[in-house]
Amino acid sequence: MSLVALQQNFLAWLHVATPPSDPRLATGVQAGLDVYQNNFRGQIIACLEESFAVTRAWLGDDAFRAAVVEHVELSPPRSWSLDHYPDGFPATLTRAYPDDAEVVEMATLEVALAHAFVAADAVPVSASDLGEVDWDQAKLHLSPTLRIHPLTTNALAIWSAIAAGTSPPPASHLPDIEAMLVWRHGETPQFRATDRAEVDALRQISSGTTFGSLCAGLLETGSDEPAMVAGRWLAQWISDGLIVAIEGEAR
Amino acid sequence: MISATFSGFGLGMRKPHYASFVEGQVDVDFVEVISENFMVDGGQPRRILRQVREHYPVALHGVSMSVGSAEALDPHYLERLRMLIDEIEPLFVSDHLCWTGIGGFNSHDLLPLPYDEETLDVVGANVGRAQDALGRAMLIENPSSYIAFDHSTMTEWQFLDALCERSGCGLLLDVNNVFVSAANHGFDAIDYLDGIPAHRVRQVHLAGHSKGETMLIDTHDQPVCNSVWDLYATLIGRLGPVATMIERDDSIPPLAELLGELDIARRLAPQSLRDAA
Repeated sequence: MSLVALQQNFLAWLHVATPPSDPRLATGVQAGLDVYQNNFRGQIIACLEESFAVTRAWLGDDAFRAAVVEHVELSPPRSWSLDHYPDGFPATLTRAYPDDAEVVEMATLEVALAHAFVAADAVPVSASDLGEVDWDQAKLHLSPTLRIHPLTTNALAIWSAIAAGTSPPPASHLPDIEAMLVWRHGETPQFRATDRAEVDALRQISSGTTFGSLCAGLLETGSDEPAMVAGRWLAQWISDGLIVAIEGEAR
Repeated sequence: MISATFSGFGLGMRKPHYASFVEGQVDVDFVEVISENFMVDGGQPRRILRQVREHYPVALHGVSMSVGSAEALDPHYLERLRMLIDEIEPLFVSDHLCWTGIGGFNSHDLLPLPYDEETLDVVGANVGRAQDALGRAMLIENPSSYIAFDHSTMTEWQFLDALCERSGCGLLLDVNNVFVSAANHGFDAIDYLDGIPAHRVRQVHLAGHSKGETMLIDTHDQPVCNSVWDLYATLIGRLGPVATMIERDDSIPPLAELLGELDIARRLAPQSLRDAA
């Protein structure tokens, strides 16, 4: 049997922990194989427990461990970086908890925070740095760390309470909420919930729409005081550290 | 190029001690970091590594290259590592004589290899491709292992000798791994030291291990034991001065404790050289 066949056989055994079919792995080496089995399972379980500490606290240890076991069986690690392994866990939780959206959304937040922590660097624009700007023509460049994920529940409030060591609220649906924004300001990951209007605005901005066109679009949709709404968003985005460049700024 | 002259004493830099290394106040000649922890786009890890690099030479030590996989190396992995190398200009770049996965399944463990001509062809080719992609020679570390393959036709030290000859790589010799594997597989650790190509050894790891039910486990959660210190003294007597560091990955003690262990190496190395003279 070739090296590739040996390695495929070894991994198949490592994954499902059944006796290996390759006789070179089957005779007199069980204790050694057990060490590799323990190393593999121990490491990836610890990775998920560390990555989803708050989700685990919400679910409870037994329920979380059951989801982890299912995840390892369905989705073994594929990336060279163990830091990428948590990415697929929210999908496993979606299958395990189809009626508990807050579970998946908390796990999604934990993945997103980890990504934001190591996302590409960019220095945000501060209000005091702003020079003369032709806002009609200005194109805003968003932080490369920003990600927008669906949000339907108070998962962020639950997550924050558990992370702070306080009693979390019961899960509830939030009809006016559309998404969670997750990004990094300085070296600290940030998040907040937002509505559909701001999500639409951010998506337009990221696709190159000028600030003037954004305001005009708000007027067309019948928004009350579109300039004030857009101005409030702009102030919030700058305060959050979400704007890293303004194209059309004349200093 | 592999630094052939560097022979200082260092520590593996782990999270609890990042701040001390960033300040540059730790009495070491170099630090070693796990490459993959810093192969990220940005944020705090990259900033910390840049700051540490201002104070110390840095060795990049990988765990995921998987030079023993019977398939091509991951080009994305090599690209990310090359970017880190270009920024950090490391003292050494190393990874393990092992495989971690195949066919898209990554175990994130250092899995054992049979030592025969087929494996030598695979590992030799992979190390060669990695060195081409990285633009420099690598150091390959001997692993601890828990099974041996009946169809191996070489000892591990014979395999490493042949690999160095074929690929031009150097060696990172982990003395604890020699001790652990010798105990687990029943060979004499001195035979191992006799068999390795001594002139290829550029760096030495010292670490602790644990006793399992039937074998020793390379846990890196204990101080270096006396038997490993004895083996290190023997090694230095044969090699001469070589870059040496303490590796601790779990149950990480205060920095002062690790520096105390490193002081043992600092004292032992010249004494071993005098004894061997």
